[in-house]
Amino acid sequence: MADVRFLLTGDTSVCVEFGNEISESINAQIRAFNIALSNSDIPGIVETVPTYRSLMVHYDPEVIRYAPLMDKLKGLLGQLDKITIPPSEVLEIPVLYGGEEMGPDLKFVAEHAGKTEEEVIKIHTSTEYLIYMLGFTPGFTYLGGMDEAIATPRLKTPRVKIPAGSVGIAGSQTGVYPIDSPGGWQLIGRTPVRMYDANRKTPILPQAGQYIKFYAIDQAEFDRIAAQEAAEGYQVKRHPRKEGGK
Amino acid sequence: MSITVLNPGLLTTVQDQGRIGYQQFGVSVSGVMDPRSAALANILAGNGQEEAVLECTMMGPQLQFDKANVIAITGGDLGPTLDGKAVPGYQAVAVKAGQVLKFTAPKAGCRAFIAFAGGLDIPLTMGSRSTYMKAKIGGFKGRKLEKGDVIGFRAPVETLKRMEDRVLKPEFAPKPVYTLRVVMGPQDDYFTGAGIDTFLSGTYTVTPEFDRMGCRLDGPVIAHKEGGDIISDGIAFGAIQVPSAGTPIIMLGDRQTTGGYTKIATVITADFRILAQLKAGDKVQFVKVPVEYAQGLLLAQRAAQKALSKINA
Repeated sequence: MADVRFLLTGDTSVCVEFGNEISESINAQIRAFNIALSNSDIPGIVETVPTYRSLMVHYDPEVIRYAPLMDKLKGLLGQLDKITIPPSEVLEIPVLYGGEEMGPDLKFVAEHAGKTEEEVIKIHTSTEYLIYMLGFTPGFTYLGGMDEAIATPRLKTPRVKIPAGSVGIAGSQTGVYPIDSPGGWQLIGRTPVRMYDANRKTPILPQAGQYIKFYAIDQAEFDRIAAQEAAEGYQVKRHPRKEGGK
Repeated sequence: MSITVLNPGLLTTVQDQGRIGYQQFGVSVSGVMDPRSAALANILAGNGQEEAVLECTMMGPQLQFDKANVIAITGGDLGPTLDGKAVPGYQAVAVKAGQVLKFTAPKAGCRAFIAFAGGLDIPLTMGSRSTYMKAKIGGFKGRKLEKGDVIGFRAPVETLKRMEDRVLKPEFAPKPVYTLRVVMGPQDDYFTGAGIDTFLSGTYTVTPEFDRMGCRLDGPVIAHKEGGDIISDGIAFGAIQVPSAGTPIIMLGDRQTTGGYTKIATVITADFRILAQLKAGDKVQFVKVPVEYAQGLLLAQRAAQKALSKINA
């Protein structure tokens, strides 16, 4: 924890910076610190925002001022290796790959990679992708770990409207569009799972520090899950991540 | 039925103190651009400080009251009138059914806040009534008000106790050059010493690129050591982003939760009431203060608000 820096972000928050690169180990430290902080008795914490390499801590200076908060956060950091952090969770996200409607760019991605569509699907579904952070729009995940073999440049002309649930590739990133939005990602499939629903008890499904594993489904399964989402809500399968799991 | 929007004005939205707890999921905080003025309007109108208000921008709305209620208007002076007669700001006003509240033209500042006794009948979305236009959630149908919209009151009243005591001095006064106090950081070390000097000595002009997400300024270019890009991190209300081009952008209520540009400093919370009133062409200078000092100012403001709230006890 020698490299941890505390950055001033105004008078009601502080940024705890764990490093200056995108790495799973830095992100794991952020997750551990965030969990330790939420389990701690430090008063006045309003909310925390994990990002690639830092945790932003919003606090109420009426409850705790800057200097005592710093002391407490530094104290917590010092104890971090003594605190047991549960393993990350893996969310299993079903995807209907390919087809003109759901995955119109799968063919291009395959051609670009010099592989068959089946091989692209196999590669895309074989990795557990770390959710480094959420941002940009509600529920948008910044995922890491995609195999470079299927990296594909963005579309030259972005689409005006991409439906929620679309799964895409942009450069060496992959992700899911949580809401209908314009965008230039290569669309390879779609999930019937709602990553975001403002009116649901848990509005946003994914959390920073979890992993996403995609698996391929057919049209019948897509329709079944979509119907369940529309009715009482579909519960995605989830399991604790095995150490070094892929 | 309570108010009918005859004319929505330029940008009128329902806002409270913001959507707290969802930034980790990519959800912007939103909320009023000036939490202090909104809190004062609420206190005057007999509400809790956190109640949702209408935030009006430059050209305020025209609202017909279908039911009587007590209101209070704070923030900038956008020329409010009631049935054609000027109505004072920073004061509780009993409006009768049938009357029309109309804003004529901005006289001082940019944003006004209208509080309604008993609050507006707007559902909570993720714990807040704030409108988050980009995601189309919260407020009135997730959007700015439009002509013909009808918004209900939750618990309207014809009058409040001690109406004559519900008066405050307007807080915003136009100036040739506004001073915004800042806490330096989080990325002040990405700038050269000369760059920091430029930022703290230059006069910046507010550009027309000023919405609820951010306020772009024009002025002397602030020199980075190597460039304005960073690996994305969180963004506070009032954070002053300086991209590689070297001119600042102040991040506001509807800002994205994370961003990849260097942030040289953050406007202190006590000065949001000035920040919210800036408009295109206004001049701004930045003065750095220690974080403890900024917190002292904020706590003094909050203590004063608490004392004023006693009128509603």
